Amino acid sequence: MAEITLPPRLEGVEPVRSIRVPASIHYRYTAGEASSKFLREVAKKRLVGQQCPLCKKVYVPPRGCCPTDGVPTVGEVELKDTGTITSFCIVNVPFMQNLMEIPYVGALILLDGSDLPIMHLIQEIPADQVVPGMRVEAVWVPDDEIGPTLESIKYFRPNGEPDAPLETYKEHV
Amino acid sequence: MGEAEVLTAPLVIEYPFSRTTGPVIGAFFTALREGFIVGIKGADGRVIVPPVEYDPETSEELTEIVEVGSAGVVTTWAWVSEPLADQPLDRPFAWALIKLDGADTAFLHAVDTGGDATALTTGARVTARWRAARPDGDTTEDDGVRRFREGHILDIECFEIEGES
Repeated sequence: MAEITLPPRLEGVEPVRSIRVPASIHYRYTAGEASSKFLREVAKKRLVGQQCPLCKKVYVPPRGCCPTDGVPTVGEVELKDTGTITSFCIVNVPFMQNLMEIPYVGALILLDGSDLPIMHLIQEIPADQVVPGMRVEAVWVPDDEIGPTLESIKYFRPNGEPDAPLETYKEHV
Repeated sequence: MGEAEVLTAPLVIEYPFSRTTGPVIGAFFTALREGFIVGIKGADGRVIVPPVEYDPETSEELTEIVEVGSAGVVTTWAWVSEPLADQPLDRPFAWALIKLDGADTAFLHAVDTGGDATALTTGARVTARWRAARPDGDTTEDDGVRRFREGHILDIECFEIEGES
């Protein structure tokens, strides 16, 4: 690369090597009828999925229709707040304004009785001890903080049951 | 369930990018941090501001960084009557192409006229309003608010009509 010549005032000055250029996009998210209903049930500490009348799969959070069969998911199924980790990721890079202490684990959790994993945090266990198949339970925020948001669940933690065999969740990995 | 019962919430997607500048663009930002503006000499001797790494006509590598003035002439402009949140000013202002003294190309920045759309004309002379230099020894954590010059285009808060402040 050719040598750059600088004006006298820049000689010997510590050069700028990078610039911050954050980009942000501001949306207003509309949950739609199915998810709104789901979130209102979350505010009552209930996890209610919807079932496809054809393939019988249970979706949570529900989106109102079955992506496989293309029909409305009209049946409602209440689920327990326990499930199985199908896969996970150990986060070692701080972001979200350092809200979380690193390393932490984000996992896909297949709630018992559902067919679509939800993404949530795993806590109360060192990150390097999380494994696929681990059985977990929801830890809810205090009752007076519960609202129509999945943040009403603070995180999931191991519930002490033995790991689920791969056969029980391999379809959902 | 009626439409009125559908939930909505703000959703902000943010990317905290940093970009490396290289020696040419880096010199531009270094100069801004030091409180002045530089361009680069093109193959035909024209001074291009902000500096570019390659000549726009001949594509050859450019190397001679030169200082230009912090004031210049508005060559064209567009009025912003309703500024957006991230724009440099929170009252109506102009985006203007400004040909700085000693430069042969115009560069884009905001011009503050106190909100008066009639105050600006093509050909008007404007001058940079600089953010303050970071005091020696100051190590205030950056919380996203630009207080001091740091090597960024907004080290120039904006331009203002010459002789009016």
